[in-house]
Amino acid sequence: MQNNPVTPETLLEPQEATPLQRFVNVLISWSVLLVGVAGVLIWHYGVIWSGIQDFILPGPVKVFESLQIQLQDRLFYDHLWVTFQEAITGFFLATVTAISLGTAVSQVRVIERMVMPYVAAFQTIPKVALAPLFVIWFGYGMSSKVVMATVICFFPILINVIEGLNSAESERIRMLTVFGASKAQIFRKVKLPSALPFIFAGLDIGIVFAILGAVVGEFLGAQRGLGVLLLQTQYNFDIAGMFAVLLVLSMMGFAGHMIVMALKKKFAFWSVD
Amino acid sequence: MSSDSSIETGSSELIQGEPKGSSWISVENLNKVYFPKKSDPTHALSDINFSIKQGEFISVVGPSGCGKTTLLNILAGLLAKTSGSAKIAGNEVLKPLKEVGMVFQAPTLLPWRTIKENIMIPIEVQKLDKKFYLERADELINLVGLDGFEEKYPNELSGGMQQRAGICRALVHEPAVLLMDEPFGALDAMTREYMNLELIRIWQESKQTIVFVTHSISEAVFLSDRVIVLSPRPGRIAEIIDINIPRPRDLAIMASDEAGVYVKQIRKYFNSSSVIE
Repeated sequence: MQNNPVTPETLLEPQEATPLQRFVNVLISWSVLLVGVAGVLIWHYGVIWSGIQDFILPGPVKVFESLQIQLQDRLFYDHLWVTFQEAITGFFLATVTAISLGTAVSQVRVIERMVMPYVAAFQTIPKVALAPLFVIWFGYGMSSKVVMATVICFFPILINVIEGLNSAESERIRMLTVFGASKAQIFRKVKLPSALPFIFAGLDIGIVFAILGAVVGEFLGAQRGLGVLLLQTQYNFDIAGMFAVLLVLSMMGFAGHMIVMALKKKFAFWSVD
Repeated sequence: MSSDSSIETGSSELIQGEPKGSSWISVENLNKVYFPKKSDPTHALSDINFSIKQGEFISVVGPSGCGKTTLLNILAGLLAKTSGSAKIAGNEVLKPLKEVGMVFQAPTLLPWRTIKENIMIPIEVQKLDKKFYLERADELINLVGLDGFEEKYPNELSGGMQQRAGICRALVHEPAVLLMDEPFGALDAMTREYMNLELIRIWQESKQTIVFVTHSISEAVFLSDRVIVLSPRPGRIAEIIDINIPRPRDLAIMASDEAGVYVKQIRKYFNSSSVIE
């Protein structure tokens, strides 16, 4: 991107970037990496120079060593697989429910009147605080974590579905009406596509929240899962191990985000630059 | 548009009746009163009477607030009238009719559809034979000079080209009546003149009855067989003027005395109502 003023001339013939501009552009695109590298270096030397103990804050080298050890352990993949299943199941359940309920609410006035006050009220409950209850109701297995993940990522998706379905431009609805479209056709041809960018924004938040829900559920009692592994490393004062698990969790979230973004680019391409 | 007066959406039915006599669209004693919830009712249209022959090109002009868009929305079946009658081909307009095509102020294309998919919207919505009308769409695309842009998305086209796609969409299901709501208002002067010429050409080939709403007096004079001048508050017909300029017309006509007389004749209603647009 150049910051030249937009005049008819610059619009007509896009100017070639000068070598200096190109150098600056390359610098900017690499600067993200530079910040990361600088951060790790500060962490590394900060730990060495301050003489801080490993069981308080290990350096990056220790963390990566620990990660390597974890990655060679079969049991680690068991934990990862369990958390992944819990999060993804919760995410799908929440997505299906939120889209169905959101559609009903935005299409049928009566349902909106009946349901929305309770939805709003339920939304004010701190969902994490429900985790102990879910463990009692659904046990120490995966199901209580799936419920936790579902509940925690349900609302951001629901709100976006409703917002999205209501965002359809009235001119577009008017256009379809003139050509004789039914309510169902207007929903399918205008409202749903208009909602897609919003729905993907909801899913983007939802996927990260689902992992959060699964891990919180595991904290309160489970045999398997990255949350369990995190607690085990804590009991052992294996702080480097904790960092390694955290790293894996954030990678999971990042992968989810990237997948949602790729889907958005495919199915809501007009809203992506 | 107040929500209480809009007509419920539903599938429209084919007009069975034949045009009665020579009037293809007839409007009699039409009144429209808006009842806003928190203020006094406004009389948008008052005792409107006119009739339009098949194949005629009619423009509706008037200062803002004269109800010209209200009138068009009633003919489109988007808005319920308060009293009187509005008939197309002898049938009272109670909901959107399949015989009507409409071009809007903004192109109103759907950004997730290609130009061709946008043009096919009326066919899809009315469940007409896709194969047959795809050919029709191609012909229209050629007619308006959009060939090569069928598979492009709306944001890849200029405003004028988007509006041309909007015209194709309005014509694709071969409607007998074309309603146009200030379709070129958002275009620059040059593109607008060009689009006026294009529209005349399309109209002469497709033989639609056109009701064209505009606030440009010269545009109305250039395009129309007759111009309906509305005066505001309440919107009533000030005069219906026959434009006896022979066709084919070209842009040079607009500089002639003949056209100037018509423009002056219409402009006096704008001045007397002291509303400047």
